[in-house]
Amino acid sequence: MSHTVVAHSHEEYRSTRLPDIKLMMWIFLASDCMFFGSLIGSYLVYKDRSLVGPYPIDVFDINLTTISTFVLLMSSFLMVLALHELRVGNIKLFRLWTFGVAFFGSIFLGFQIFEFSHFVQEGLTLSQNLFGTTFFVLTGTHGVHVTIGVLLLLSLLIASYVRPVAAKDSVYLEVVGLYWHFVDIVWIVIFTVVYLVEFV
Amino acid sequence: MAIGRQTAAAGHAGVLTRPTWTTGWASWLTTVDHKRLGLLYICTSFLFLGLASVEAFLMRLQLARPEQSLVSPDVFNQLFTMHGVTMVFLAIMPLGIGFANYFVPLMIGARDLAFPRLNAFGYWVYALSGVFIYTSFFLGGAPDAGWFAYAPLTSLSNNPGNGIDFYMIGLLVSGVGTLVTAMNLIVTIINMRAPGMTFMRLPLFVWMMLITAFMIIFAFPPLTIALFQVIMDRTFGTLFYVPEAGALPILWQHLFWIFGHPEVYIIILPAFGVISEVIPTFSRKPLFGYPIMVLSGIFIAFMGFAVWSHHMFTTGLGPVANTAFSLTSFVIGIPTGIKIFNWIATMWGGHVRFAVPMLYATAFLLTFTLGGITGIMLAIPPLDAQVQDTYFVVAHFHFVMGGGALLSFLAGFYYWFPKMTGRLLPEGLGRLGFWLIVPGFYLIFWPQHFAGLLGMPRRIQTYEAGIGLDLYNLMSSAGTFVMGAGMVIVIFSAFWALRKGRLAGDDPWDGRTLEWATSSPPPHYDFDVVPEVNDRDPVWLLKHPHLVERRDPISESVDPDHSPPKHVEQVSIHIPGQSWYPFIASFAIFLGSYGLLFHNLLLGLFSVAVLFYACYAWALEGVGGHHEHIELEPAVGGPA
Repeated sequence: MSHTVVAHSHEEYRSTRLPDIKLMMWIFLASDCMFFGSLIGSYLVYKDRSLVGPYPIDVFDINLTTISTFVLLMSSFLMVLALHELRVGNIKLFRLWTFGVAFFGSIFLGFQIFEFSHFVQEGLTLSQNLFGTTFFVLTGTHGVHVTIGVLLLLSLLIASYVRPVAAKDSVYLEVVGLYWHFVDIVWIVIFTVVYLVEFV
Repeated sequence: MAIGRQTAAAGHAGVLTRPTWTTGWASWLTTVDHKRLGLLYICTSFLFLGLASVEAFLMRLQLARPEQSLVSPDVFNQLFTMHGVTMVFLAIMPLGIGFANYFVPLMIGARDLAFPRLNAFGYWVYALSGVFIYTSFFLGGAPDAGWFAYAPLTSLSNNPGNGIDFYMIGLLVSGVGTLVTAMNLIVTIINMRAPGMTFMRLPLFVWMMLITAFMIIFAFPPLTIALFQVIMDRTFGTLFYVPEAGALPILWQHLFWIFGHPEVYIIILPAFGVISEVIPTFSRKPLFGYPIMVLSGIFIAFMGFAVWSHHMFTTGLGPVANTAFSLTSFVIGIPTGIKIFNWIATMWGGHVRFAVPMLYATAFLLTFTLGGITGIMLAIPPLDAQVQDTYFVVAHFHFVMGGGALLSFLAGFYYWFPKMTGRLLPEGLGRLGFWLIVPGFYLIFWPQHFAGLLGMPRRIQTYEAGIGLDLYNLMSSAGTFVMGAGMVIVIFSAFWALRKGRLAGDDPWDGRTLEWATSSPPPHYDFDVVPEVNDRDPVWLLKHPHLVERRDPISESVDPDHSPPKHVEQVSIHIPGQSWYPFIASFAIFLGSYGLLFHNLLLGLFSVAVLFYACYAWALEGVGGHHEHIELEPAVGGPA
């Protein structure tokens, strides 16, 4: 055939403008709402039902937790900066802010480890009372989420040194960012219903 | 049709390369093709269906006569637990997902799911978690606390064996597989519809799968958390379900049924989808009331999350809660009734052909309606209090699950078998199987209504002679032979047809939807050219324009940017490469489950390490695969 017309399907047709991976993250987060909803629900059902101490008011240090909450919320701010810098192609600042997010996330995790070990010293363990059971499982699950987020961020950071990155790769960072902001929002809920209500 | 020619993909090299087997066992372990995975799902779920049937058969043998002791109470507990777990999680739900895997991409004109490797991961997690749960029979006894595993029956002090751990860990892992597959289906259906395939042109089966997938992502997390809590209780000494510490075992029931009731619809909505494909095709009429069928499905999904406490009428929630959940349970009967009437209206005035799929679809209509009527009865709290935990409830949910889901999946099996294999199932044997399965089913479960009304309790290994239960139980047990014989005929005829069945051709039923526009079985790239869709019944529109009402003049317009190029003589399709990592990742989870169960730290750490390796290798392997060059015959631009 003299002039064969070839249709290539590299750029696969999509029905919406949303990249698959971003849509996937939104759907995962919808599902994750139910995970945390069930855990927070269990916490609330068992609130004030512990038969022995220590009780929340005995162990909570609201100043400390407020600081770690602030650090986590600021990491979300850095996340926005990192995504912005990647989109405008400023790879250096992208790396700096991405590292900043992971670093702030790690500080939050450090606070959590400190808090957990402190609580254990005060006699609050997983099997001490219902407060210990529900508190550690809820905040621990959140901590695991933050850990996974830090791993994802560090992986993206390392990948940016192995393979050149450009603005068109920003969807990956955006997806991790969605996850990160979600985990932050969940912490705001946990901070409110677990910590703050004890002090009103 | 078209002749394929392959070339290796250039410019897709990743850090790691991908395997390229096309035949042999390794090609099945590494496959990411939605059709192969669909077949694996369907075969695996039939295997588990067989195991669950053996368990049911043993129970019926024990109950055939009063005061028998063929099966000890302890084994009986394991049998009814495993029968329920297998049917719900390992047989019927994956059967629907298997059909979805195979047919959703074909029906929407896509070449695969959005995340093919994740799809493979979902399958292997499901299959291996099934194997994991079944190894409990050899490793300290199967779970024996019922498929709902009410706390505190599952606490370490009440149930020290390994069975409960197998249940909790196995279902948690299997839930992960179901969740990722559901997410994958949602992305696929939202994002990968062919040009012109608007939401209101999606085949009903695709619609029902989309709704089902949304139900899965909202319903499985509460179950996962509940399972996780019991695992924590049994492994790390937490107090979630320890009443002595002030815990409320009712929390398990709430979390379980917030999952468990939607699960009923997760099983039945794909079945509704299959019926909505079969009935119009064999009535030669477009589906009656398409928009209201879609909206009913969505309404069922919403209401499915608002009725969970009707499983808990006798737990003392109080009259207000009981009334509220009774009302919501009545309301959910409305959209279901609408669907039944629309199917009947589709048949009304059509040229109905009673081929085997249509026989099953018709039997489904009757059986599901009968099960729905007893469902309305059970939604009345005073009546529920009378028949709670009796065989009346057993009869009810077998009518909706067995008569509803299983019969419609058999309809789907007969309907789509020619598309999947290229050969027709023998019609005579199919009719014989049908006339054994459906009357056998009624012989088993119809008498159970009466046994239940007489007060025969479920989950009890035997019953006293001479209290009016003997005949009903004998009938039930006799029915298992009849229905079992029918199932054996279905399986046998499938194997026979694989080799000797009549060749089906592309479109043996005069089908309406896009899967009938490609060859049987479809090529691994599904379509030569992604078709352009102008109607709800696009294949009928081409073949019989007079059968299709053109409801929607906008349907002519397809976004010109996205329509496939016209007058193309050759297309080049990128086929993604296979991958080992979905299998390796799920195998690591499988090993890790044993590590958690036997408190083996070394095995646990090893499997976590393997899982990490698999995740990173997954991310780092390139796209791989090859390009398929397809020469199109002149003047043929695909089905559109």
